[in-house]
Amino acid sequence: MADTDIGSKTMDGMGPHGTKVGLLRVLGPAHVWALGVGIVLVGEYMGWNFAVGKGGAYAALIACWFAGILYTCVAMIDSEVTSTVAAAGGQYTQAKHIVGPLMAFNVGLYLVFAYTMLEAGNAITAGYLISVVAGMSGYEGVLDQRPFIILSILFLAWLNYRGVLATLTFNLVITAIAFVAIIVLFLSTSGILGGGIMQHKALMEGAAALPYGWIGILAAMHFGLWFYLGIEGTTQAAEEVRSPARSLPFGTLAGIMTLLIAATLTWYICTGVLPWEFLGDGVNGSVAPLFDTARLSGSDGLIWLLGIGTLFATLASANGCINDASRAWFSMGRDKYLPGWFGAVHPKYRTPYRSIIFLVPIALIFALGAPLDQVITFSILSGLLGYTFMPLNIIMFRRKWPLDSIKRGYEHPFHPLPAIVLLALCAITFFAVFLGYGTQLVAMIGFYIVVSLWFHFWRYRFVSRGAQFTMPWPKPKGY
Amino acid sequence: MAHYTPPHQGKLGQLIDVIVLVVLTLGALFVPLKLGMSGAAKVIAAPIENPTWEALGQSPVQAAQYEALGYTPASAHDLILARFDYSFTMGGLIAMIVVIVLYYVLMLKFSETEYRDVIAEKFDRK
Repeated sequence: MADTDIGSKTMDGMGPHGTKVGLLRVLGPAHVWALGVGIVLVGEYMGWNFAVGKGGAYAALIACWFAGILYTCVAMIDSEVTSTVAAAGGQYTQAKHIVGPLMAFNVGLYLVFAYTMLEAGNAITAGYLISVVAGMSGYEGVLDQRPFIILSILFLAWLNYRGVLATLTFNLVITAIAFVAIIVLFLSTSGILGGGIMQHKALMEGAAALPYGWIGILAAMHFGLWFYLGIEGTTQAAEEVRSPARSLPFGTLAGIMTLLIAATLTWYICTGVLPWEFLGDGVNGSVAPLFDTARLSGSDGLIWLLGIGTLFATLASANGCINDASRAWFSMGRDKYLPGWFGAVHPKYRTPYRSIIFLVPIALIFALGAPLDQVITFSILSGLLGYTFMPLNIIMFRRKWPLDSIKRGYEHPFHPLPAIVLLALCAITFFAVFLGYGTQLVAMIGFYIVVSLWFHFWRYRFVSRGAQFTMPWPKPKGY
Repeated sequence: MAHYTPPHQGKLGQLIDVIVLVVLTLGALFVPLKLGMSGAAKVIAAPIENPTWEALGQSPVQAAQYEALGYTPASAHDLILARFDYSFTMGGLIAMIVVIVLYYVLMLKFSETEYRDVIAEKFDRK
């Protein structure tokens, strides 16, 4: 029954086509870390601060830690499943083998939209940052941000088109610089090196402590996800890493640890310097809070470092998003869940080039046509729907293929506790989104219901049945 | 289970499928925006004429940070006083829960039907 080998050197383009011109296996654990952290680290540079706006600074900290627990569950569950389902498409491919085709189609769309919207949010921030730098450099007009938004997306799409190794090596370097910038800002402003400028007590006293009361804490969970959203994208590289069973769990778990540190430091730095109303308004107030904190530090060196850090974080994230969204789109095309035209691999660069190109205008439409908080909310909602799938996925995985039936590269402990905790935190986050963004929530789920019906009653006829099951696994229990 | 052979889809059919998906996607984001139903609008319950930092409820430290950021009490007025309205109806909450649960039930049910065919063709046709 095992008609594919996930470690094959000669036939690594898995799927019903069994193509021999597959994606290239060139990545190591550091690239996996760079892909995961690179996508997410921008969440510390922008977007998370909407959580302050929804509940105040303390609420944002609680949301940061609870979201950290949520993502730790995600990383644990994902590491176990993906160390076994080592194929491009990540959770899409997992769902296809474990839950069923319609679920897989939905999960694939969650991934594409979460990453494409995140990419659009990154481009918006990059454009904003360049306009601020222009103002600080003496430019007196209102800089048109659109050319910079377009150029950022086009440059990164080109990089992705040319090859995955260069793309993720670039990510590794700029992500490391962006992470170091946060550490330097923390050391420089907290009083550890030189004089500190933190004023937590004065900025968070009285009504500023919990301006919305307990409901604000729940509401803040909505944007608390932004601290970590995208770490699950490490699985998209599964078909391009040299040793998936080792590299994917290692890179993913190292990534979530890095982000837990970065998220807490970011909260500490920004809430100690910026008033909560300014910090919490990411559209009219603080679009890039770490950069704004550096501006108040009075140090030109820190301003430059955090300006570069913000730019690098947005580029790294957009870069990783193009990588991940295109892999998910490509995988669905390869299986004919989407038109098969998208399932092509570039004969020279070995990248899913048609999917990369196709998603460029989609990202541009979102980046140029929608406000940042709406784009972020749609990205979060798609991510949240995906996280709700994960507990169902791991429970079904363990039931259909118990531990003694398939060798895992990593077995997550305390099952089913992480799945139950994850499900409970997802339910809380749905309520948090409902508070203030209920219309988008209903619109998004309405969209997924309509496309699900479209897939089940129309599109699925073009999909081969047995051939889409490509893992060398035994028959699942109960079938 | 008999082996299923999917029909060939021509280029025009593929193009139409992509257009349908893109239109639905753009609609999900932009229709609520264009209809002004995108939510998240903050409101200012009690605007203050000729605001001062004290009237805006800002301590000297908070006021100093705003000034360092380039704000005056007048320019910071909307930023400081705007608040979300978290009031909701139980009917709205129940409707949201029903929509989400129905969505997952629908997906799991249809997926299971499709999955049984996949497993049958993959493992039972030898």
